[in-house]
Amino acid sequence: MKPVDTAERASGGDASGGTPGAPAEAGTRSPLGLLRRQLQQILAFASLIVLAGFFSIASSNFLTWSNISGILLSTAVIGILALGTTFVIITGGIELSLGTGMTLAAVMTGVFLVNLGWPLAVGVAGGVLVGALIGFINGVNIAFLKIPPFIATLAMMLIAEGLALVISDAAPIYFTDVPGFNDISRGNLVPGLDLPNAVLILFALTVVGAVILNKSILGRYTFAIGSNEEAAGISGISIRKWKIIVYTLSGAFMGIAGVVLAARLNSAQPSLGVGYELQAIAAVVIGGTSLQGGKGSIVGTLIGALIVGTVTNGLRIMSVPQEWQTVIIGLVILVAVYTDILRRGKGG
Amino acid sequence: MDQQLLTINGVSKAFPGVRALHEVNFDLTSGEVHALVGENGAGKSTLMKVLAGIHRPDAGTIRVDGRTVEIDGPQAAQDLGISIIHQELSLMPDLTIAENIYIGRERRRGLGFFVDEKDLNRRAGELFERLGIVLDPRSRVGDLLVAQQQVVEIAKALSFDARILIMDEPTAALTESETETLFRLIRDLKQHGTGIIYISHRLEELKAVADRITVMRDGTYIDTLPAAETDLRHVISLMVGRQIRDETRPRPKTSATETVLQVRGLSTKRLLRDVGFDLRKGEILGFAGLMGAGRTEVARAVCGADKADAGEIILHGKPVAINSPAEAAQLGIGYLSEDRKRFGLMLDQDVHFNILISSVQQYANATGLVRDEQARLESQRYVDTLKIKTPSIRQRTKNLSGGNQQKVVIAKWLLRDCEILIFDEPTRGIDVGAKEEIYDLLNSLAEQGKSIIMISSELPEVLRLAHRIVVMCEGRVTGILDNADADQEVLMDYATRSGVHGGIAT
Repeated sequence: MKPVDTAERASGGDASGGTPGAPAEAGTRSPLGLLRRQLQQILAFASLIVLAGFFSIASSNFLTWSNISGILLSTAVIGILALGTTFVIITGGIELSLGTGMTLAAVMTGVFLVNLGWPLAVGVAGGVLVGALIGFINGVNIAFLKIPPFIATLAMMLIAEGLALVISDAAPIYFTDVPGFNDISRGNLVPGLDLPNAVLILFALTVVGAVILNKSILGRYTFAIGSNEEAAGISGISIRKWKIIVYTLSGAFMGIAGVVLAARLNSAQPSLGVGYELQAIAAVVIGGTSLQGGKGSIVGTLIGALIVGTVTNGLRIMSVPQEWQTVIIGLVILVAVYTDILRRGKGG
Repeated sequence: MDQQLLTINGVSKAFPGVRALHEVNFDLTSGEVHALVGENGAGKSTLMKVLAGIHRPDAGTIRVDGRTVEIDGPQAAQDLGISIIHQELSLMPDLTIAENIYIGRERRRGLGFFVDEKDLNRRAGELFERLGIVLDPRSRVGDLLVAQQQVVEIAKALSFDARILIMDEPTAALTESETETLFRLIRDLKQHGTGIIYISHRLEELKAVADRITVMRDGTYIDTLPAAETDLRHVISLMVGRQIRDETRPRPKTSATETVLQVRGLSTKRLLRDVGFDLRKGEILGFAGLMGAGRTEVARAVCGADKADAGEIILHGKPVAINSPAEAAQLGIGYLSEDRKRFGLMLDQDVHFNILISSVQQYANATGLVRDEQARLESQRYVDTLKIKTPSIRQRTKNLSGGNQQKVVIAKWLLRDCEILIFDEPTRGIDVGAKEEIYDLLNSLAEQGKSIIMISSELPEVLRLAHRIVVMCEGRVTGILDNADADQEVLMDYATRSGVHGGIAT
């Protein structure tokens, strides 16, 4: 895996000066150029360190292994959602049905495993497929019916929310009688390493996502569509097909997040989920992916998700009320996006 | 009438690492159109930005009406009566003409809460009357033709009592008849004593509109020539700093060569009527015609970008259905749009990304991962063979000049191994020296056996490159000529063979 590639292409500097007739910037391979091109990720990573430093001074409970592992566990769900939606956002789209879609996937996992008694692996796969199906429908609505992504996924957000309540009869489904399900998130796959599986899943998906975005055809086309959809079409790329694939991929990640969340809680909570989409989108944006499309990275998204998780956790440890935590997350988004604007302003 | 409006003397301007202007001289008298020409990067824009108060010169003097002035900001330029009409229009489509012209300067009423619309429209009406413009100030700008919007821009500039008007490529987006309307307005303005600095890549039109031509090259002043008596070839040689070699005319490919593509009865509801032609192997087939004749529509229909309502496309003797550019690319047909920035390139991505994007699948393994190292070698090979000037294949295409951007698009389709290439205005917005390179490239592609359709609004370009020429007018093919039988007059004759043409509604 070489996430460096994306970093270079994605947050790549408007490095050449704005002076007319100035020769195009040379030496984009130089260490300095590389540094500048990765600035957004470096900044994000630095702020993560600073935040962690701040909270560990503010509270002695912060820098303990159990707390760090707790942060990672609580980041896992938002992180997985954010990874998938990074692709959507790089194409210039948006995905608002992440939160409730995830809930629907979790509820359906409950139906498969508890109500229908399917084997564990099949039920889990079914849950992931439900997520992929939601993404696929979003993709079809957007690519074929030409419904703007904001509207299409907003509608899906409501549909999924309602369906989750209807199907579950508005009551949580408990997995207490499904052996092994809870271990998907809480178990420890690697002996001796005190990290819950949910975190390992997040890391594994980060690698998978980075490889897809940086190395695969799908990744290329994701950037191409986001950079210039019309030119991509004229270049012989089937825009419809690839958009549907991107939304389906994001949907599959959403399904995985649903399973991970349900496993963590050992229950599918039909009313949980609203608001996750905004936190996930926030993580993507903090990680340096542009809502205008054409630019973004998976590693940035992971860091963004960790920042969201750290801030939430740190504030909770400092006993900052829930309401103020939300306010502060909002401010973090503003600061992150503004530094990106500053950086680009300086370059161009 | 002939009083000196503007004198620029020995103006220099340097940016870090670049000498953008070096002791440039320029002058403008009232009632004159003074054209400023030069290749991209010659310093025209920088000079105009100095006049507009965007850049401050490092050395030299600027005099307006004989008085030495410091233009230290856009407001100062406006106060001196200097106005710029930019290449890109900056009007707000949802506001009316009058609202656009007087935006920020509206007279208020009702305690300053409301705009006095009546006053706006009255003032705009008076302005139009003075300028002889026939437009309703209450029309929405978004409903106007591009040429009419250009007229509104000019009116807006003049509403500031501009006496020095700078026009940057004003005809770039205009049809021929619209251009004529613009020229009429320019002549009117001259009558009223306005001095106009006219920047254009279309040298032919300078003959029609300019009094004097000043040539710049590499940030320096080269020469000023009277427009009427000067041979344009001489102007071009001054611009590029070398003699342009004599034009050669290609001979038609013999009809014995294989026919690659046949188009029959191509029609669309909007414009095209029964368009048919053959494309032979190794041939450059020129498409000539006035703006709106349907040339681009033919290209877009052939490459699947637009849907044709009727007609047949026969590739190597077999009828094919092309429903999207993706399918066209599968069949080896590549389309290079006239609007490179919109349809050709992903400007924020690097050269390699753009060259590879149509061929990624050929460079992927079974799991869909791209073997980028190998692909990069190919990109580098095309950068070398097409002489694309870029520091590396990782350079963003945004930072390349127009000619090099065009070459990147060409490289994209060559890598895809298209046998039919459709070029729509291949040299639009490309400076003179780079045009020559594109011409050479087209010729060598044809020699290698590629079949090329070339749409161009510049007749000399068509005559110079095309083996045969299809002439269109109002959606129909009015003639298909061998190069030897064609000259500019003949082509114009075919291009206007429908009785009705020209004249924009105002």
